[in-house]
Amino acid sequence: MSEFILITGRTAKQGAALSRGKDSTAYRQATGFVEMSREDIERLGVEGGQRVRLCTAFGEVELELREGDVPPGVLFVPLGPAANALIPADTQGTGMPGSKGLAVEVKPL
Amino acid sequence: MRVENVVCSFCGCLCDDIVVEVEDNRITEVKKACTSGRNLFLNAPTQAAKPTVDGEEVDWPEAIDVAVRILTEAANPLIYGLSSTASEAQRKAIALADLLGATIDSTSSVCHGPTTIGVQIEGEPTCTLGEIKHRADLLVFWGCNPAEAHQRHFARYSVLARGKLTPGGRKDRTVVVVDVRPTASSRMADIFLQVRPGYDFELLSTLRALLKGQELDVDEVGGIEVAQLRDLVERMKSCRFGVIFFGMGVTQTGGKHLNVAELLTLIAELNAHTRFTTMPMRGHGNVAGADCTLTWQTGYPFAVNFARGYPQYNPGEFSAVDVLARGEADAALIIASDPVAHFPRQAAQRLSQIPTIVLDPEMNLTAQVARVVLPTALYGVSAAGTAYRMDNVPLPLKKVVDSPQPTDEQVLDWIIEKVKTCSA
Repeated sequence: MSEFILITGRTAKQGAALSRGKDSTAYRQATGFVEMSREDIERLGVEGGQRVRLCTAFGEVELELREGDVPPGVLFVPLGPAANALIPADTQGTGMPGSKGLAVEVKPL
Repeated sequence: MRVENVVCSFCGCLCDDIVVEVEDNRITEVKKACTSGRNLFLNAPTQAAKPTVDGEEVDWPEAIDVAVRILTEAANPLIYGLSSTASEAQRKAIALADLLGATIDSTSSVCHGPTTIGVQIEGEPTCTLGEIKHRADLLVFWGCNPAEAHQRHFARYSVLARGKLTPGGRKDRTVVVVDVRPTASSRMADIFLQVRPGYDFELLSTLRALLKGQELDVDEVGGIEVAQLRDLVERMKSCRFGVIFFGMGVTQTGGKHLNVAELLTLIAELNAHTRFTTMPMRGHGNVAGADCTLTWQTGYPFAVNFARGYPQYNPGEFSAVDVLARGEADAALIIASDPVAHFPRQAAQRLSQIPTIVLDPEMNLTAQVARVVLPTALYGVSAAGTAYRMDNVPLPLKKVVDSPQPTDEQVLDWIIEKVKTCSA
């Protein structure tokens, strides 16, 4: 188990798959993965393509692990139902949930 | 039949040069659009769909009756969404909220709501994308990735666009990207500043200090060398026309509206040296229109409540995530949006616990938990209307194919008339 900072965001594939429907394979594939740096993949002894569980104080999801161009200690998950299952509903009086910079634990499966 | 100069309603770029080929009321080809826009046209629903109540198909009058009963019996109904429908329908949704004494909020609250709060604190300079295309020689993209999220922005309005004072296009502009990770956009930049997550406010404050000539007692801020920031400040001061485009990397990061207010203060201070402006990268096709329409109807841009018979505004109190997560909303009308897919779980779950009504062309995840589903035509494809580009310029959406479905505006009209009949 290891703790990371989670960031979420749009990707071209997620946008292109939106109008194919959120039940489509294209959308599930476009939003159902997490990117981790090569350094962290080696440090955790995990492999690209394997399943991992991401846990925050607000929810947990299982995703496919991919090597990505992110800094060590940071994870990226495309905008979608998986990313939103992890974020807090507390908006700190702004209306905006804390969608970026969230502490998240990774458990290899 | 070829339809030219069609406006794509997918994102806030509202590209207005799309060419659509139509044969027998079917879209066969889409030219000039990005992948997301092309898919929007090619996958638009064209089959007739009946409304459903509790999963069973019903006629429109029965569906409207059930929807009106839900809304009029609720003590605190929520109307939410609005960003992928036309401003004509947004106006009807606001009229309905007024009639019901409801809370009304748009997807702005989970994208650039903090921007609006920041603007209310600091004020903002405005300009059009046309001015940027023709004049801007310094472009900063902060916490946004248009190469993936607004795919034709670079070509039509910013990085690659050739303008009257920027005839060389890309070579007449300096491009800076500030982000926490390398992206498709940062790979096209002259300068990439990789900030540590959560340090946007510190970085903006440092730029303001350097602009005022203050000496710093640190060598780096948020993972970026002060020398690089000093170089950026010099470029900002000496450019002819600069702009900072910003996205969720600024509004969703800790500090939220305070990050935006700091950015707007920097922009104001830069205008002592040169022309400098800023623009939020608006996501959905008419999310800027939701802000504009709510503002000219109620005086407030999002998170509005009519329970006292007049509009009240308070993000955190009347914003959708909050009223759902606190369990205050006891019925919901979701228009052209999918909060079950995009809200935190605690807020999304509430929508399956209360009677929810969905107006949408798609059977999205919210429709799958809704009590009443009202399938409507898709604005910009099978319905005409007005949408506001990210620079708040309104553009006419065309109807390129006929749809058997009514528009959001028509359905909202039916609901409003029925509510008036019930309360008469």
